[in-house]
Amino acid sequence: MTSPLLAVETVHKAYDDNAVLRGLDLSVDAHEVVVLIGASGSGKSTLLRCVNGLEPIDAGRIVLDGELEVTALDADLDVVRRRVGIVFQSFNLFPHRRVIDNITLAPRKVLGKSKTDAEQHAHELLTSFGLSDKANDYPDRLSGGQQQRVAIVRALAMDPELMLFDEITSALDPQLVGEVLDVVRGLSEAGMTILMATHEMAFAQESADRVCFLDGGVVLEEGPPEQVFGEARESRTRDFLARVRAR
Amino acid sequence: MRRSSFALVLVPAALLLAACGSSSGGTTTSTSATASGSTSASASTDPCTPTAMQTLTAGKLTVATDIPAYSPYFIDNKPANGKGFESAVAYAVAKTLGYTADQVTWVVQPFNTSYAPGAKKFDFDINQISITPARAKVVDFSAGYYTVNQAVIALKSSKIAGATSLAQLQSAKLGAQVGTTSYKYILSDIKPTQQPNVYNDSATATAALKNGQIDGLVVDLPTAYYITTAELDNAKIVGQFPAVTANDAEQFGMLFQKGNPLVSCVDKALATMTASGELTTIQDTWLAGVGAPYFTQ
Amino acid sequence: MSVTTDQAEPTPTTTAAAAPYVDPVRRGALRRRGRRNLVVSAVSLVVVVVSSAVVIANASGWPAVQAAFFNPEEFRQYFPDVLAAFWLNIRMFLVAEPVILVLALGIALIRGTRSPVMFPLRLAATVYTDVFRGVPTILLVLLLGLGVPALNISGIPTDPVIWGVVALIVSYSAYVAEVFRAGIESVHPSQRAAARSLGLSSVQSSRYVILPQAIRRVVPPLLNDFISLQKDTALVSVIGPIEALRQAQIDGAENFTFTPYVIAAVLFIALTVPMTRFADWLNARAARERGAGGSA
Repeated sequence: MTSPLLAVETVHKAYDDNAVLRGLDLSVDAHEVVVLIGASGSGKSTLLRCVNGLEPIDAGRIVLDGELEVTALDADLDVVRRRVGIVFQSFNLFPHRRVIDNITLAPRKVLGKSKTDAEQHAHELLTSFGLSDKANDYPDRLSGGQQQRVAIVRALAMDPELMLFDEITSALDPQLVGEVLDVVRGLSEAGMTILMATHEMAFAQESADRVCFLDGGVVLEEGPPEQVFGEARESRTRDFLARVRAR
Repeated sequence: MRRSSFALVLVPAALLLAACGSSSGGTTTSTSATASGSTSASASTDPCTPTAMQTLTAGKLTVATDIPAYSPYFIDNKPANGKGFESAVAYAVAKTLGYTADQVTWVVQPFNTSYAPGAKKFDFDINQISITPARAKVVDFSAGYYTVNQAVIALKSSKIAGATSLAQLQSAKLGAQVGTTSYKYILSDIKPTQQPNVYNDSATATAALKNGQIDGLVVDLPTAYYITTAELDNAKIVGQFPAVTANDAEQFGMLFQKGNPLVSCVDKALATMTASGELTTIQDTWLAGVGAPYFTQ
Repeated sequence: MSVTTDQAEPTPTTTAAAAPYVDPVRRGALRRRGRRNLVVSAVSLVVVVVSSAVVIANASGWPAVQAAFFNPEEFRQYFPDVLAAFWLNIRMFLVAEPVILVLALGIALIRGTRSPVMFPLRLAATVYTDVFRGVPTILLVLLLGLGVPALNISGIPTDPVIWGVVALIVSYSAYVAEVFRAGIESVHPSQRAAARSLGLSSVQSSRYVILPQAIRRVVPPLLNDFISLQKDTALVSVIGPIEALRQAQIDGAENFTFTPYVIAAVLFIALTVPMTRFADWLNARAARERGAGGSA
């Protein structure tokens, strides 16, 4: 049996006295698109940040590709982050660098790519995401949707094996959500492994291979979208979905 | 509207303050004039008595000097104790004019602001101030009460300790106190090859001399005598500058507000003290032993 | 990885090159308002200047103040002296400033570290800023300029200019370190998270992401400190060297005038005004490049 690309095993994480993750288990196979749903504060963002090594965990382990233990005390997190890309709700582009320099910074400084190689790769990515004319702009000249797409390109430029999306459309005006979700859809079609926290239920229903409902710091229920959205076993899942749909 | 009126008030505020200062000074003078005028109506016609003189405060003599007040001009930084050359001179002048010691009030006047425009807060300032024609355009001076020579002091171990001529001082790094004529002497008489250092006061200048940061310190002769006898064990007066002619002699005078009529009274008192030998006695008391060989050119 | 978005490009900034349309009536009204504002500011300026001048010139003490502070003849007479001495201020400033920048940035970076290995250095940096910001600069000048040479350690210079500059460096690097630290802390933590998430090391994140943003933000307060430093070079005079303000004091005491101080002031202003305009220009250029919006 081959190991999953990402294995999260009974992970606990608390901020001071507030336990956010309480023995959470989750696995993501290669080329799989897994969508995390749940109320605000259910631990979706925390889980993603732990997977990327941005937050230390209190107990359990997180293993990448069966061999790299992200949560080992002596883990080289820079190695983890080269293999796992993350995109945040608030874009977090570097405002003092042009789009092209945002994208080439990590490939050049971390992977040691030459300026020419890094820029060529960046231009290819920008072109394929319809952003080729924005390469020399500063981020604050761009719309929110464009900025978020640049942020995705920036993460992709490191050639990650796994992409983490942390509510990447939540800060966008409704009419800009579509262009960003289209990018994610395109990535999944191209075979990227994706773990994504979102409130876009329609997107989850249509594009996810698997939907996980986080509640009380664990994955309370998981399954194919048609099962979770259609015939959820847990009453808490049904309550959550009813509340979301009522909005 | 509010903004512009605010600016109107703000901009000239400092100068208005200055104007207020001078006008209040004028008021003080006129009230004291009235006061002394009424009391002196029946007194003698001598204009130089405590009742006749229009002093800053009627019936009192307000005398200024800097702080700290250094030896041998003042002792223990207490001008009012009557000790030290200038303190003794001030009290002798006051006494000659008819004031008791109690009627003499001392105020602090930093040298650097003693010549500022506007009303002065003293009748006269006695602070080793050398009389020069340029300064006399801005303030009035009394007659000289001491003829002062400049002197060079050095550590006994210094390369200039044995200098006997001004030429031998040329290559030395010299220092002086700011505002003194000593600095001018360095430039005009020694013409050194290195720029001299200048210090705020005798304490920092002496420290620099001790540190070897300067080879020699140029000060007036009494100060040189004091520093080499009381302050530093291992220093000596190398020599004093000769006055080229009698007219060239440098004198300390008391500083007055320009146009202050008190000057003539103080001059008269100084003349009396010179004639009676009192000034010489004071000098012998407080500046005894002050002397040094003269430099040759 | 190559993915195509076939969705139309949303273009929020500009549409076409068509000239913007403004209602002619509104345009006229706006122009008239602009002209009126110009006239009002001109008139209020003239009123303030003229009335201040009248009040000052009619003050009974004005002739004395003018003679003491603003005497044209003395201005010409002493200008070369003070200017020559001002060269020392400039040299001290030019030497101190780069050292201060480097030292202060180093202190700020050390204070920002988290590693336990760095604790002793971090403690030293904290004590350094606490102490040297609190100590009056003039005491540092006296202590280093007169105290250190008195130790009689061979090989240590006794030149007061050197020690004066060292004192300025010690004092100002403590101030400037705090300015840098404030700038670094003003960059949102999400920027560091974004940099780290891309695999950049802590040092690389600081160097390429945090510091460039921090430094851009602290240019105005840094400029303030530079101007203050320029003027504080005058403090070095207490241990002997003759700089512009001391030369002004010497000349002033010789002839009982304050005009030489005004000369020194003019020279200091002549140095600070171009520097301020230069920094304004730098800021404006950076703002133009990055567009109208602020940074995250």
